[in-house]
Amino acid sequence: MLNPFAKADTVDSISGPPSQFDYGWDRTFQFLALAGAWMILILVVFILWEIGGQALPAMRDYGLSFITSTTWDANKSQFGILPQIWGTLYSSILALLIGGFFGIAVAIFLTQDFLQPSLAAVFRTIVELLAAIPSVVYGLWGIYVVIPALRPLANWLHETLGWIPLFGTSLSGPGMMPAAIVLAIMILPTITAISQDALRLVPYKIKEAAYGMGTTHWEAILKVIVPTASAGIFGALVLGFGRALGETMALAMLIGNSNQISLSLFSPANTLASLLASSFPEAGQTEIKALMYAAMVLLAITLLVNLMGTAIMTYTSKKFEGKK
Amino acid sequence: MNATAEAMAIPTAVNAVPTTAAMPASIAIDCKLDKVFYGDFLAVRDSHVPIEKGKITGFIGPSGCGKSTVLRCLNRMNDLIKIFRFQGHVHFHGQDVYARNVDPVILRRYIGMVFQQPNPFTMSIFDNVAFGLRLNRFKGNLQEQVEKSLRRAALWDEVKDKLNNSGLSLSGGQQQRLCIARAIATEPSILLMDEPCSALDPVATRRIEELMIELKAKYTIALVTHNMQQAMRVADKTAFFGVDISKGGRTGYLVEMGDTQQIFENPKEDLTKKYIRGEFS
Repeated sequence: MLNPFAKADTVDSISGPPSQFDYGWDRTFQFLALAGAWMILILVVFILWEIGGQALPAMRDYGLSFITSTTWDANKSQFGILPQIWGTLYSSILALLIGGFFGIAVAIFLTQDFLQPSLAAVFRTIVELLAAIPSVVYGLWGIYVVIPALRPLANWLHETLGWIPLFGTSLSGPGMMPAAIVLAIMILPTITAISQDALRLVPYKIKEAAYGMGTTHWEAILKVIVPTASAGIFGALVLGFGRALGETMALAMLIGNSNQISLSLFSPANTLASLLASSFPEAGQTEIKALMYAAMVLLAITLLVNLMGTAIMTYTSKKFEGKK
Repeated sequence: MNATAEAMAIPTAVNAVPTTAAMPASIAIDCKLDKVFYGDFLAVRDSHVPIEKGKITGFIGPSGCGKSTVLRCLNRMNDLIKIFRFQGHVHFHGQDVYARNVDPVILRRYIGMVFQQPNPFTMSIFDNVAFGLRLNRFKGNLQEQVEKSLRRAALWDEVKDKLNNSGLSLSGGQQQRLCIARAIATEPSILLMDEPCSALDPVATRRIEELMIELKAKYTIALVTHNMQQAMRVADKTAFFGVDISKGGRTGYLVEMGDTQQIFENPKEDLTKKYIRGEFS
């Protein structure tokens, strides 16, 4: 590298240009970072290409009716995934409602001076531990604990309030509600962790402003602190929803793998991920192609949810924070 | 440190006000602070600062002299700090605000505060000003009151066409005037300002100072400032705080308080004289 200030580089001066080694290190690091970024992009494109390529024959054969029809019968070569799409969205939305409410509540509880800092740290670790439990363990816990615990209440609700579509069936074993509850617990650590970060990032001066206006603790939290952190909390919900859409093992164990569309919280259902996991091992040539198509649909749904989430987040941060 | 000892020995005129009953009607809020601790650390001691109605009282002094702490005792903002302890009394409308049965939330509804850093909420300009009104379940015309507050804060003409824009889209000086509008929207009788211009450029500072002088017709203002010229320009009364390092820690205390002109032209204390001559800061 040419040093245009070589004349300033006298014997007395300690200053000097960066060495060749420094420049080399700069360039190496830049190359590594760039390569990493490209690798991720290439990987995503490759996965899309590969699955899309394998799904293409099924797409050509079944077209849009694949998404709108309701039977999945490999013997008759009839493939429709509407019940699975319904089950995926329904279970994920239920999980998001439950997990979102409790996740944000826990995040508020752990960050807004309700607990001593040391005690809050203990609770935080416990919540993070929830994320370390394997999916299959959650599934087992769901089968042996959640379903039996839920059954009396579910059947009572069905008997007394059966005319409400939500309680239209009884809970005989696996079903939507136990799956959604377990799913909610599984996405809770994600929602809590990211919401906590968002809440912690609210500057102290904003809290001070709220208290200075004469807000109570809860008014400060609900009217100022949570709205200020809303973009981050929304991001947490999007990520949690994304996790719920793709969650496989626990759902395959708990949802009942029954291809039906029902509003009832207690009827068995199926999800796309669960369909893929349970059908792949014994699938023949044509079914594999259909499964690839189903995988493509699942991928599209998750992608769409994430894109929409990002779009809404950009919009809100523009509106509320004045960012251009 | 001789000056410190002298300052302690000479009782200032205001020390003659012992209880609420004797509190003259011209005093809006009477702060008699004996000791303020953060944990074991004695932050401020022996400062009696009566804030007069309809006037601007400036708090000046070197860094760490506790002038902000004293200001924040007036609306109990220090309560947010868990290790804070207060000895003394602050009388507001015949009531000691530090009495056991007083909820600081209520107190803060009647005393507005403007902070060092502009801190508008992440909401629209309108919602920022309407915040306190909604909080107090204001039944009147919200639009009108918001406009009135923004006009009084000398911000209306600049924002009247973009009330739905975020408060954070404004410049620093505008944000600070927005915060003033937010604070005065609920018509509190007292306005506390904690170095409101320290984050602003000279032009914005000028505007805020002009604003303060306009506002004192309606509000009692207590102003902490690091800038002696600012106190000279806007304050009617000035309280000078010093730092006592004789007991190891840095403890702030009131050196003297009086009319601004007297403090700057004819200070009683040696320490005040030295500070005003710029011998330390």
